[in-house]
Amino acid sequence: MNWQAIRAIYLFEMARTFRTPTQSLISPVISTALYFIVFGSAIGSRIQEVEGVSYGAFIVPGLIMLSVLTQSISNASFGIYFPKFIGAIYEVLSAPVSAFEITVGYVGAAATKSFIIGIVILITSFFFVDIQVAHPVWMFAFLILTCLSFSLLGFIIGIWARNFEQLQLIPLLVVTPLVFLGGAFYSASMLPPLWQKITLFNPVLYLISGFRWSFFGLSDVPVGISLAAITVFFAVMLSAVWWIFRTGWRIKT
Amino acid sequence: MSAIVSIDNLTKTYDGGFQALKGVTLDIEEGEILSLLGPNGAGKTTLISIICGITNPSTGRVTVGGHDIISDFRAARRLLGLVPQEINLQPLERVMNTVRFTRGLFGQRPDDAYLEKILTQLSLWDKRDAQINALSGGMKRRVLIAKALSHNPRVLFLDEPTAGVDVELRKDMWETVRELQAEGVTIILTTHYIEEAEAMSDRIGVIAKGELMLVEEKTALMNRMGQKRMRIDLQVPLPEIPSSLAQYNLSHGETPSSLVYDYDAKGERTGITRLLNDLSAAGIVLRDVQTSQSSLEDIFVSLVEDRP
Repeated sequence: MNWQAIRAIYLFEMARTFRTPTQSLISPVISTALYFIVFGSAIGSRIQEVEGVSYGAFIVPGLIMLSVLTQSISNASFGIYFPKFIGAIYEVLSAPVSAFEITVGYVGAAATKSFIIGIVILITSFFFVDIQVAHPVWMFAFLILTCLSFSLLGFIIGIWARNFEQLQLIPLLVVTPLVFLGGAFYSASMLPPLWQKITLFNPVLYLISGFRWSFFGLSDVPVGISLAAITVFFAVMLSAVWWIFRTGWRIKT
Repeated sequence: MSAIVSIDNLTKTYDGGFQALKGVTLDIEEGEILSLLGPNGAGKTTLISIICGITNPSTGRVTVGGHDIISDFRAARRLLGLVPQEINLQPLERVMNTVRFTRGLFGQRPDDAYLEKILTQLSLWDKRDAQINALSGGMKRRVLIAKALSHNPRVLFLDEPTAGVDVELRKDMWETVRELQAEGVTIILTTHYIEEAEAMSDRIGVIAKGELMLVEEKTALMNRMGQKRMRIDLQVPLPEIPSSLAQYNLSHGETPSSLVYDYDAKGERTGITRLLNDLSAAGIVLRDVQTSQSSLEDIFVSLVEDRP
């Protein structure tokens, strides 16, 4: 195992994050605060409670997931796409590093960053709403698994993308809608019966539901299914990355 | 000397069907400077990219220091350093950090003292904290070299190191390459500047259309193929070359008042003495005689042009 290489990639990516703290850390905090003001205060004053939880608190897990998902994808995809774009990827490809080590370095750094953002948002939310975490261990487990699997997805997108437009395509057209429609700001039980069925096809619903369960003990789908869903997703992403490096798809000619 | 890089019947066909390498076999000796000379698109960069692991080969085998570049890629790649043709650097990174990064990628522990030595040698030490995008083109190229040397490789590939570089920097670069060779590093450089191959190399390989057409000691190559040309200026123009001189295959220079004689300098008899005697016998009065040796460029052009 080339630990030095993993360390070099990881530190390089983390340094990139901290070189741009405004973009990396402050902007998610500000947008979260805005969500609290708009959804929590303005709309929340009309909704009051969802299944016994104040609306402001109810949306916290969804908000964290929203940021964690989009940040994981954008960070990991940019982290690998940019060296590909400017050609600096040559040194990673010509170094004595395995696919596994490259992935651990890039995805590990992207996941670390989105984990930090998730925690920062959680801490920010303590200033706005009264919130308690019922199952902290599970909360961390869900958060870490989500950071890792969506950073893997972002990593794949970064390898797949041939230009900056493609880099934005999946986050904008697929992931953001799925998060908004996945119960980030409402409970699936609030939907009309037909939509309750349709929403079950949204994979993000399982994530948000499981994560919300770790806070309040309530969920749209059984927590076991949520855990299974995210684990399967993680495994699928890992296999995809393994296949990419085995074949050199879009990296080596 | 023994081969440090051994290339056996290497081929590469790209997805579009383009055959970039058609069975290249080559042994690179430890400690030598080998120039791979060839026109654009000849397959030079593809060859280097395969050895360094950036491109997958189609068939064939390469070993570095006895290690197969695919099955034993870690051991093989630790011995290699690559200076790519394009300036592929992260623009916001700082010089020292980017060199540290490469050293880490190659699995070496941080060693700033060693990196200081390299940066100093490349006149980059006082730029160590500068951002890459603040450096001149020549400086960026040195950064690429510093990165390639950061893990102390045994073999250094320089892919067109002086393309688009001014004369002064080119001379500096050559100096650096010679110093590296003196330290025992094997150097493979690709170039389409014949002047560069001629000035630098111990051996020269010529690649065209994906084939390695020859590899030879530079001096042997120049001797073997080195035609000499003698130009004879006459006092009086000679519209027709007399038949008594037919055996010399003389031709006119730019004007009828000069004659051109091509001969093999390494041949047993150059024919010069006889030609001069016969000229005098024919009553032709000479004003001046010059000889010139064909350069590597002439050799190269003749090799590449001979190919279908």
